[in-house]
Amino acid sequence: MGFLLNTRVGQLVLAVILFCAIVAVLLLIAKGADSLRERARRPAVVAVFAGPALLLLAAGLIYPFIRTLWMSFMDNRSENYVGFANYVTALTEPSNLVGFRNTFLWVILTPLLSTTIGLVYAVLIDKSRLEKVAKALLFLPMAISFVGAGIIWKFVYDYKGAGQDQIGVINALLTWVGLEPVRFLQDSWMNTIFLILVLVWIEAGFAMVILSASIKAVPEDIIEAARLDGASAWQLFWSITIPSIRPSLVVVLTTISIATLKIFDITRTMTGAKFDTQVLANLMYDESFVFGNNGLGSAMAVFIFVLVVPLVMFNIRQMAKNREVRG
Amino acid sequence: MTAAVTETDASLADASKAMGGGPRRSAASTARGLLGNRIGSAIAIVIAVLWTVPTFGLFLSSLRPESDIKRTGWWTFFSNPVLTLENYEQVLGGSTSTNLSQYFMNSLVICIPATLLPLALAIMAAYAFSVLEWRGRDLVFVAVFTLQIVPLQMALIPLLRIFNDTGAGSVLLFLPLWLAHTIFALPLAIFLLHNFMSEVPRDLIEAARIDGAGHVTVFLRIMLPLMLPAIASFAIFQFLWVWNDLLVGLTFSGGSRIIQPLTAALAALTGDRGQDWHLLTAGAFISIIIPLIVFFSLQRYFVRGLLAGSVKG
Repeated sequence: MGFLLNTRVGQLVLAVILFCAIVAVLLLIAKGADSLRERARRPAVVAVFAGPALLLLAAGLIYPFIRTLWMSFMDNRSENYVGFANYVTALTEPSNLVGFRNTFLWVILTPLLSTTIGLVYAVLIDKSRLEKVAKALLFLPMAISFVGAGIIWKFVYDYKGAGQDQIGVINALLTWVGLEPVRFLQDSWMNTIFLILVLVWIEAGFAMVILSASIKAVPEDIIEAARLDGASAWQLFWSITIPSIRPSLVVVLTTISIATLKIFDITRTMTGAKFDTQVLANLMYDESFVFGNNGLGSAMAVFIFVLVVPLVMFNIRQMAKNREVRG
Repeated sequence: MTAAVTETDASLADASKAMGGGPRRSAASTARGLLGNRIGSAIAIVIAVLWTVPTFGLFLSSLRPESDIKRTGWWTFFSNPVLTLENYEQVLGGSTSTNLSQYFMNSLVICIPATLLPLALAIMAAYAFSVLEWRGRDLVFVAVFTLQIVPLQMALIPLLRIFNDTGAGSVLLFLPLWLAHTIFALPLAIFLLHNFMSEVPRDLIEAARIDGAGHVTVFLRIMLPLMLPAIASFAIFQFLWVWNDLLVGLTFSGGSRIIQPLTAALAALTGDRGQDWHLLTAGAFISIIIPLIVFFSLQRYFVRGLLAGSVKG
């Protein structure tokens, strides 16, 4: 018993045993419920199949959501009602404003750059002999954590004083051609752009895979017909390919925007949000868990929520529409 | 039965086509004419190089001696090749302050149940939302997938408080992490698996029901086998998501180093020892290796999942 409770592997084994037991019990109850009389049977079966997930969602997502909303109108310790004070602080304090400004930059640039690069790459390697390998190369960063990517790029951006040997690739190249080395991560406001490029590096592969699949789905006969009509390659691309893949383009853009709004790992690993690189999601974390300011932290979370809502709604509707078209 | 199986196979074929490309001509091959083959290939190669060199540089550095990493760039290797496993020895077996192996174990201990649990619950819930018929079903389903709009950040503080008040982590240290990951995964998991399940022909289920099969039998014998590719792709996603996560790991480990995942330990290492490149490079590569293995061995399912999530719906 000590092994199960006191070691990591023990906890893992215990968890897996518990997991199997829970599933077995649920299925047994379902079996029992299924043999009930007609009237009682249906609700019982539904309760067993959907109940556990719904309970967890209610306790772990719906209740916390309402509570965070409530806390955003309360003071630090959630004891006194303060009205919109937290929202006012969030929008007036200069250090917070930097976070909003940077988040805005992130959300504009990341989806545009990664989608453009992904699209160009997908078009260029389509039907080439090495397509599979070429795709895996661009796609690989998607498997890497933001923290891992942060370390990789911190190394690429590394800066040493002008006289020393550079160990970061970019500064080495810069000094090699005779330029001054650049403090990529320390000098505001360009440092935010260099952080954004890290996320672009991660998300471009996602854009490429989705867009490539959708390019391959454009019906050949349309292209053939347009070509017979004498359309140039450029015209074909803009008036056939782009309109045909527009639904996927939109989904890719919104999906990346949503991910970008919530990003905090890259900033945290690479600059620790110093040097004016603060972002909204990191403000939320710092206020709530570093400074113990639950009210302001909750208000930041609500801001993220409000910004994400239209994007997700749009995305879900678009996905439903794409289904209908294909269906 | 066969019809459904072929359908699943066909979508797998779609996925592999998306990765490799079939023989037919497509919109892109015409579009490539835009740039001419030479320039086009050159641009593609530049992008491919930009996308791989940083990771390669990290990997090569992790194998160089500490003093070399700090003084010269990794490309010096090509003129002066010296490699060592010292960094990995230090990161995997060294003194406690630099030893990451326990965090590696933590990540595994967090990941496995945090993948299994949401999967099982989501498959069952998806069954209730697609096969079972009950009043209010569609309304509840819409409510569940609408929960996708709630960002993680909105749930963190209250959820943490619930775990603290109930003492959820006092016996099973990792329980808060498992549950948090499960809860955050459920809306999307139920949504995706429901979509796959509703594509299974109704006749198949009706026939089995008429033959006297109960819901548990239909679920285990018909649905699960048909759902395997979808389950595999979601499992991969969930595993990678949990393995790569920092926010949940930081928040619900309560700063306790005993249960922190590898990502949190690495993030701390970049802060405390920002210039200890020999530890950072080796540590980062260790954290990357598992996702890379998963990714390369199961790429087919991975791509399929991506396409299902954002193109097919």
